[in-house]
Amino acid sequence: MKVVAAIVLSSLLIAAGIVLRPLIATEIPASERRSGYTFMSPDTKAMQDDDTTNPGMLGVIEGEALWNRKGGSADKSCADCHHDAKVSMKGVAARYPSYDKVLGGPVNLEQRINLCRARHQQADPLPYEKHDLLALTTYVAEQSRGMPITPDPTPELQPFVAKGRDLFMHRQGQLNLACTNCHDDNWDKHLASSAVTQGMPNGYPIYRLDWQSLGSLQRRLRNCITGVRAQNYDYGAPELVELELYLMSRARGMPLETPAVRP
Amino acid sequence: MTAALINVPKKARNGDIIEIKTLTSHVMETGYRHTPRGEVIPRDIITSFTCRFEGDEIFHADFFPATAANPFLSFFTTATKSGKFDFEWIGDNGFSQTASASITVE
Amino acid sequence: MRRQPVPTRRRFLALAGGTAAIGALPVAISVRPARATPEMMATAIRTVTGGANVKPGKVKLDIPPLVENGNSVPMTVSVASPMTANDYVKSIHVFNEKNPQPNLGNFYLKPSAGRAQVSTRVRLADSQKITAIAKLSDGSFWSTTADVVVTLAACTEDVI
Repeated sequence: MKVVAAIVLSSLLIAAGIVLRPLIATEIPASERRSGYTFMSPDTKAMQDDDTTNPGMLGVIEGEALWNRKGGSADKSCADCHHDAKVSMKGVAARYPSYDKVLGGPVNLEQRINLCRARHQQADPLPYEKHDLLALTTYVAEQSRGMPITPDPTPELQPFVAKGRDLFMHRQGQLNLACTNCHDDNWDKHLASSAVTQGMPNGYPIYRLDWQSLGSLQRRLRNCITGVRAQNYDYGAPELVELELYLMSRARGMPLETPAVRP
Repeated sequence: MTAALINVPKKARNGDIIEIKTLTSHVMETGYRHTPRGEVIPRDIITSFTCRFEGDEIFHADFFPATAANPFLSFFTTATKSGKFDFEWIGDNGFSQTASASITVE
Repeated sequence: MRRQPVPTRRRFLALAGGTAAIGALPVAISVRPARATPEMMATAIRTVTGGANVKPGKVKLDIPPLVENGNSVPMTVSVASPMTANDYVKSIHVFNEKNPQPNLGNFYLKPSAGRAQVSTRVRLADSQKITAIAKLSDGSFWSTTADVVVTLAACTEDVI
């Protein structure tokens, strides 16, 4: 009886995703860090490699038009202050999320664009995950394509990076899984037929075939959080920005691929 | 906002067979999907694409719900003279998009 | 005293995957419509050919045998043809047998194309057989087929 009870209990624990093994967070050594690109099929790689076939480039074109469009009560465009994005935005996405002195905390690229709109254009914020914000973010991030990720070194930012790391290591949801369980410990395996991958943030916004559109890193994070059946965070929530911060620190030195294509 | 990405060689020699590639932004909603509440999302697709050179049709395609979002096409034509390619996409709900590109043939 | 069996990482991952797949199933069903059938594809092909004989050959269909995501499958059809005013490919038609409807694309060419080749990206709802048919200027029809295995994503999210 005791044996049966033990087996039943352990099955329940497994079913609930409560693994008895203690959590050992083993971060991926720099030499083993791999972009999601390296896990893709040759066809998907080819789609990203050629700007004339990469659907993410449509977002770049649309973002460029938005960059030059005047708006808000100030009737100003991004270009009125920042001029040529090819010069002024070069390298910017590689160091975001960045520290905002007024807010005393981190802001991601989307939030920076909306802060700019509020502070300098006197314009309403662009809604998350809608066309305009995705296109503008893609256009800005594309200016850093090929540049290594160099996280913002501001000391005040470091506690937020640490919070993001804690969240990455924290088991959550009905499957009781932490990000690290898949993306540090099992990145070389498959979940059904999909590669688990290392969860690197170096191509966002990405054109995801599954989405059939561009999408932000936060959409991808929310996607994973839904996957482990956890309570999700709203777009722009501090927790998601902190996760972004940690992911970028974890991807330090990896070249930015925006707009990356992913399956 | 819709955008089109056209790739046509700027220059070619007379008789060259050139590749034309087009990408256009469109959701290509199939009409077969449902919202989480069970309501059908109505079909909204591009149904046809035409490429003309100096007014003459050189290529035409019919799209279907099975055409992937942000439709991509690649096709060929023989460069015989300098001129202008006009591209036209037509679809549901009055969708219409045009673009053009010029080529110099030496 | 007997120790409880400690699940291995491999076993645990397999289980998590299984749970995810079960959890995702209702969503997959709700967005998957009734399928076309091979008979519907045959009807669609007859609409193009008018019942004329379709011979195997001349047509080449490049499509990955195993695709990562059925939402965007690259596909190239080429036809062996001199593409002259007297001998050219008039049109290329591509069909499937398991999507909600049987057409993947119709492409109309002119002799000036020089090369009878088109590429596009299509959606495939499931693993299935794809048929490409070319109509030549002499009225003959030629075809080829290819089998494609479509893998489904492990994680899904609601339609937004």
